[in-house]
Order: sequence, then structure tokens, then C-alpha cells
Amino acid sequence: MSSKVRRYLSKYSALKAWLFLFPCLAVIILAGAWPLFRTFYLSFTDAALDSLSSGAFVGVGNFSDLFEDPDWWVAVKNTLFFAVVSVSLEAILGFCVAFVLHRSLRFKTVLRAVVLIPWAIPTVVSAKIWGWMFHDVYGIINRVLEVIGVLSKPVSWVASSELTMVAIIIVDVWKTTPFMALLLLAGLQSISSECFEAAKIDGVSTWRLIWHIVLPMLKPTFVVALIFRTLDALRIFDLVYILGSGDLSCATMSVYARRYLIDFGEVGRGSSAATMLFFTIAMVSVLYFTVGQRNLRKAS
Amino acid sequence: MPLSWQTKRFLRHSLLMLFCTLVVVGCLFPFYWAVVSSFKVGSEIFSTDLLPNRLNFCNYLNVLLTAGFGKSLANSAVVAIATVVIVSLLALFAAYPMSRMHFKGKKRLLFFILSATMFPQVAVLFGMFELLRFFDLYNSREGLVLSYMILTLPFTVWVLSSFMRQIPKEIEEAAIMDGASKLTILFRVFFPIMRPSMVTTGLMAFITSWNEFLFALTFSLTGKARTVPVAIALLSGAGQHEIPWGNIMAASVIVTIPLILLVVFFQRRIITGLTYGAIKG
Repeated sequence: MSSKVRRYLSKYSALKAWLFLFPCLAVIILAGAWPLFRTFYLSFTDAALDSLSSGAFVGVGNFSDLFEDPDWWVAVKNTLFFAVVSVSLEAILGFCVAFVLHRSLRFKTVLRAVVLIPWAIPTVVSAKIWGWMFHDVYGIINRVLEVIGVLSKPVSWVASSELTMVAIIIVDVWKTTPFMALLLLAGLQSISSECFEAAKIDGVSTWRLIWHIVLPMLKPTFVVALIFRTLDALRIFDLVYILGSGDLSCATMSVYARRYLIDFGEVGRGSSAATMLFFTIAMVSVLYFTVGQRNLRKAS
Repeated sequence: MPLSWQTKRFLRHSLLMLFCTLVVVGCLFPFYWAVVSSFKVGSEIFSTDLLPNRLNFCNYLNVLLTAGFGKSLANSAVVAIATVVIVSLLALFAAYPMSRMHFKGKKRLLFFILSATMFPQVAVLFGMFELLRFFDLYNSREGLVLSYMILTLPFTVWVLSSFMRQIPKEIEEAAIMDGASKLTILFRVFFPIMRPSMVTTGLMAFITSWNEFLFALTFSLTGKARTVPVAIALLSGAGQHEIPWGNIMAASVIVTIPLILLVVFFQRRIITGLTYGAIKG
């Protein structure tokens, strides 16, 4: 085949590749990249919901307003606190569940279906169900805590922003530990069973097995799972919006951004908050690509 | 006194059983409590009895007959199914070149698609709002489908491409020898092989669309396009003391039942979908 023909063919097949990709890329660019670009652009203007066309360029004004707003810093603090605490708890609990699931052969199928249920329930529904269970007067959680003597009188879970955050973390841990557990279980199953058998024959205790064999071998999966969950936790919206009733004192960055964008109609300010959240998450993603890829290379 | 190995085994076994029971109770109790509460009527709902006095469907009738809840259920179903169908088709087309063709810029494109699975929804919220108003899709089910495509399409392309990469080369070569075109290969050869994987990605897209809240809340104004998560969030009385908990619990149970059925019937597929994106990512 002459080089001319080959070049023609490769060009032709590249054209075909792009034709196949076109509808998908068109959607991602139209519904993803373009709106994202608009958010960046609007964060430098004073656009408002009722008069979008008059959005004039204001430089970094929105960002300096944002950084001077104590509510914003509360939202940043809440987001980071929520992400760190809930992801750590999910990692610890998720590992325990995965380890037990991995070892107990009898109930594996049933247990796997059971742990999937909290994950599958719509977040709004989980928030409502737990909101009812956390109800200050009639909620079952206060009743149970009173009966076993932890509380002397009912606690109003959603009245203070600290307790609301505790409630939000409890619900999130309940909802997403299954994801963590199933990811780690997949990781555990890729460790060869000879490893466990050898440890058993040598009479290695369970704790030593976990610390010196399982955790080091599971590290690549663990890192990937942690970063996936962290990215998810940083953008949390629904749970916080419903359990916190959209209140700014227990808002996260996503809730703050939506309050300004839609409820207050200050599109410029809201866009700058959304932009900041985007870059926070982009930074963690970069971490994912560097650390995660190093781990994957080690694993293979 | 050192414990005999039988006692040790018994202890270990009981601990394991205790842990498993705790996990099961912890996972299922909140939903169980919602079911119990949904059958309690009047002041009965304020009691903490673990079983309702009798099966009273009053709350269910209330929810289904009033406030356009049935319409919201239909909206949720239509939006989720339409999203799944369109996304699966577009992703199947895109996964083919991503996995089996060579062209310039493929690596960068893969990176672009992967990064599109990670950005925060709120960062596109307002741009999407403008876009939907521009196309006259604000407060419509079509608009919601468009917005859900950006949530589900990148993930679906990513997973389908890695599944398609595993199909042996010989199958494709045989088809080429028989003179099949790329389209024929995709639909006649790859599609049947890919069907189980597409069930996986379809389930994930369905669950994402069915459960989505932020876009649905922002892009629907009236009952015309409202989906169930928003309908449930809005099911409240005028004040703190008038919240119709019984109705909310009944609505919650109705919305969750399809998902529980999916989990029970497609457990393996869903677990593959959950873990695949992360492990291979």
C-alpha cells in the first residue's frame, strides 16, 4: 500500500471516529462545557436573576465580596468538616463490613443486597425518613436514647447547626458506607486466597493479618475509593438542603451557591461561589490523577 | 484459664453473627420505620410502636389522590427512561471509537470525559438554567432529560468503552473480512455482546435520574415537570407543626419500592456498575 493511500485511509477512519463521537461530544459540550464557561464568565459580572442582560463586568468584585462574607467561610468550614469526618467514618465502617462480607461465605449474597438498599434509596427520601426519626418530640431516635438512658430529655436535632451537621453526617455515613464496602470488597476479592490461607496456616492473628497483609495490599483500592468519596462529599447538596432547610448556618458550598444563584437572584456572587467549589474539586481531582495513577501502576 | 479452641470458635462465630445482625438492622431499620409510619394514621403516628395497629392505606390514598403526586411519578418514570434510552444509544456510538479505533487526540478526549464525571453539579446549574430557557425547555420533561444527560453520559461512555475494549479482536476482524461496515459491526456484532454491560450502565443511569434532586428542583416550576424527589421535598404543611409525616412516609415508600426491586433483581449488575467505574478508573 502506498503511503498516500495509507494516509488517506487513516484520515478517513479518523473522520469516521469523530462522526461516531459527534452526538455524544455535542451533548457534553452543549450541556456541560458551555454552562461551566457561563458560570466562570458570570462570576466576573454583576448579573442578577431579574436583569441578566445588564450584567456588567465587575472584575474580581464578586470574589472579594465572597471572601469577606462570614457565611461563605461557614459554608467552606462545613463542607470540609463534613467531607473529612464522613469520608473517614465511611472508610472505617466500610472496611469492617467488607472484611466480614469477604470472610463469611454463607450470607454474602443476602448481605450484599441488604447493604445496597441504603445506597439505592433516593437521597431526598433518606433525608425525610431520617428527619422524621430525628424529630425532637416524636422521633424514635430521641425515644430510644431516652429509654437506654443516654439522654435525660429530648434533643432538638435540627434546631442548632452543630447538631444538624451531626445528623447530616450520620445519614450520609448510613447512605454511602455500602459504596465504600462494595468497592473494598471488590479489592479484597482481587487479593489471592492463598494469601489468607498462608496466614491462617502460620497462625497469624486477625489484627496482624489486617495491618500487615490486607491493608497494604488494599491500599490502591482504598486510595481510589477515598478520593471518589471525597469528590462526592465536597459537592453534597440534597441532604444538607433538606435536613438544614437551606439555612446558611449549616450550608455547604453547593447550598450556598444555589441560595445566591436562584433564591437571592445574585447570579454574579453565586457564580463566584460555584467557581470556587469547582476549583476546590478540580484540585482534589488532580490529586486523584497523580496519586491514583501511581497506585494503579504499583498495583499492576 | 486459656480458652479451648471450641470456645474461641464459638465466640468468634457469635461475634460475627452479632456484627452481621447489626449491619442488617442498621441498613434496613430506617426504611422499615418509614413503612411502619406510613400505615399509622392520626395520633397513632406519634407512638413509637414497632408495628402499626392495622394496615391502614389512608396515607397512601392521600398521597396518590392529591397534590399531583401521580403526575410527578409519571414524570419521574418518563424522564428516567428517556434519559436511559438516549444516553445508552449515544454512549454506544461514542464507546466504539473510544475503544477500538485509533485517532489523534483520543487520550486527551478520554481525560476530558473522565473529568466530566467529577465536576460539581452546581457549577453548571445557572448556565443550564439559561440554556433551557433559551431552548424554551424550562419547566419541561425534555429539559430535565437534557440536564440529566450531562450527569449520566460521561460515566456511561467511560464504562462502556472499557467493556468494549475487552471484546476479542478476532470477532471484529471476522466481520471486517465478511465486508461489514462499521455501523453493521457496532449493531450486529458488538451490540449483542454488549447488552449485559448496557444493562449495568442503564441501571446506573436510571437510578441517578430517578434520585436526582438539584436539577429537578431548579428546572421545574410547576407540577408539569416536577419529579418525585421534588414533590416529596415540597410535601409540607404551612408550619413546623403541620408537617404531614404519614403522607411523606407513604410517598417515600412508593418512590423507593421500584429501586428496591431493581436492587434485589439486578444486584450483581449494580455492584459491577458501582465498582467498575472506580476500579478501572
